[in-house]
Amino acid sequence: METGDMLRSSLRADDAAGHKAGFLALTSMLKYCYELGIKCVSIYAFSIDNFKRRPNEVQYVMDLTLKKIQGLLKEKSIVQKVAAEKAMVATTNNTGMTMPFICVAYTSTDEIVHAIQESCNNNWVGIQEANGRKAWNQEIRDEEYQMEEKAIIKLRDIEKHMYMDVAPDPDILIQTSGEHRLSNFQLWQTTYCLLCSPAVLWPEIGIRHLVRAVLDFQQHRS
Amino acid sequence: MNIREEMQKANRLIAQIGNFGLQLVWFILHLSVSTWYFLLEIAHAVESYFISSGLMKSYKALNLGKLRYLAIVVGSEEAYQTSKVSELLQWLEAIGVKHVCLYDMEGVLKRSKEAILEKMSNATVFQEADENDKLLDQKHMMLEFASFSDGKEAVAKAANLLFAKYLTSNNSSEDQEGEIFTEPHMTEALRAVGSGGPEPDLLLVYGPARCHQGFPAWRIRYTEIVHMGSLKSMRYGSLIKAIYKFTMVRQNYGK
Repeated sequence: METGDMLRSSLRADDAAGHKAGFLALTSMLKYCYELGIKCVSIYAFSIDNFKRRPNEVQYVMDLTLKKIQGLLKEKSIVQKVAAEKAMVATTNNTGMTMPFICVAYTSTDEIVHAIQESCNNNWVGIQEANGRKAWNQEIRDEEYQMEEKAIIKLRDIEKHMYMDVAPDPDILIQTSGEHRLSNFQLWQTTYCLLCSPAVLWPEIGIRHLVRAVLDFQQHRS
Repeated sequence: MNIREEMQKANRLIAQIGNFGLQLVWFILHLSVSTWYFLLEIAHAVESYFISSGLMKSYKALNLGKLRYLAIVVGSEEAYQTSKVSELLQWLEAIGVKHVCLYDMEGVLKRSKEAILEKMSNATVFQEADENDKLLDQKHMMLEFASFSDGKEAVAKAANLLFAKYLTSNNSSEDQEGEIFTEPHMTEALRAVGSGGPEPDLLLVYGPARCHQGFPAWRIRYTEIVHMGSLKSMRYGSLIKAIYKFTMVRQNYGK
């Protein structure tokens, strides 16, 4: 605890203020999304690449994220379920609320490798089970078919093990500060997604930017 | 009873007027957005003309040092216009871009490879194996052709390579899971299945919307993505401007 306090006090005052302002902007944006009827929002809060930052800043952001997520969980009018670290938990969204997915320590390339690893583990278990059943001389043809099926990783195996499989593919991606790149966020899921890059900085984002993005999306859809 | 019916009728009428009013607002909003984009298009056309004619001095000297690899995404319907694609490549050659990847979802550009190469005097197809030799050959423009099968489907093929290694390691009862499933191994596996091209620095999208349309995900982690409008209304000045703006960008890579 003491070390934590020391680290926090040595973080530059404007960095801390910046991160706090960022979280305020996040809660406002979630409220605006709820007002506009947007069902699902995923937020790139902290990338694996961000671990390159100064340790005291990383510690501060992690502590702030935990505190704010706990705060958001209490606000039941907006939040259904929030994901932290690498775990993305699925819940059924049948109450008309906006479901936020906060991505912490996430990158798309890590997600893809993890999904492949899970698929391999899953298929390996499937092969073992089919082998086991074959040993008991049950329907051999069925078990051989099962083994053939499990011997190949298919695209749908990988997709169902993605962290973001709990959410639909995004229709709009908003990247602030005029940045024009995905920065390793949802590279897999944005095949048909409209990418918007308003020049506004994240703490200053408002409903007009969201409305503009939605209008752009509607224009392109029509 | 009559009063009740009258009230219900009045309510329905108010609801209909309300709906009509909202639809009118929605229509006016979209009309304003369309008008805004139309005016923006005119402004871009004028600016592009000034840039092409060399009147804007800041765009004259382009420093292409940062632009090692450029990718172009074309909408599959527009990809059939091979003459337009060739013209775009000729502009890029004139600007001095040496490595270009052409992508469209359905593989139309892949099938039109011969037609496109015919119109280019100094272009060759990029081969992974020749990479080191050809890099020294500054006269040639290296072209790569990609489609959706080089994206997600290639990842599935690479996954099967990693799976084969995993099965071998399981059979030899060594615990190598942590060494097999890493990002560098994935990059190697993608290269082995023939989808391991370099990561583009800049991706230009010629289509109706700014959307990468399934360009191989593994390669666009930090790629700048710029929307250029439709292929049929492409302009040399806009191309110069997009490349110039790219050269002015600074990336932090997470720091």
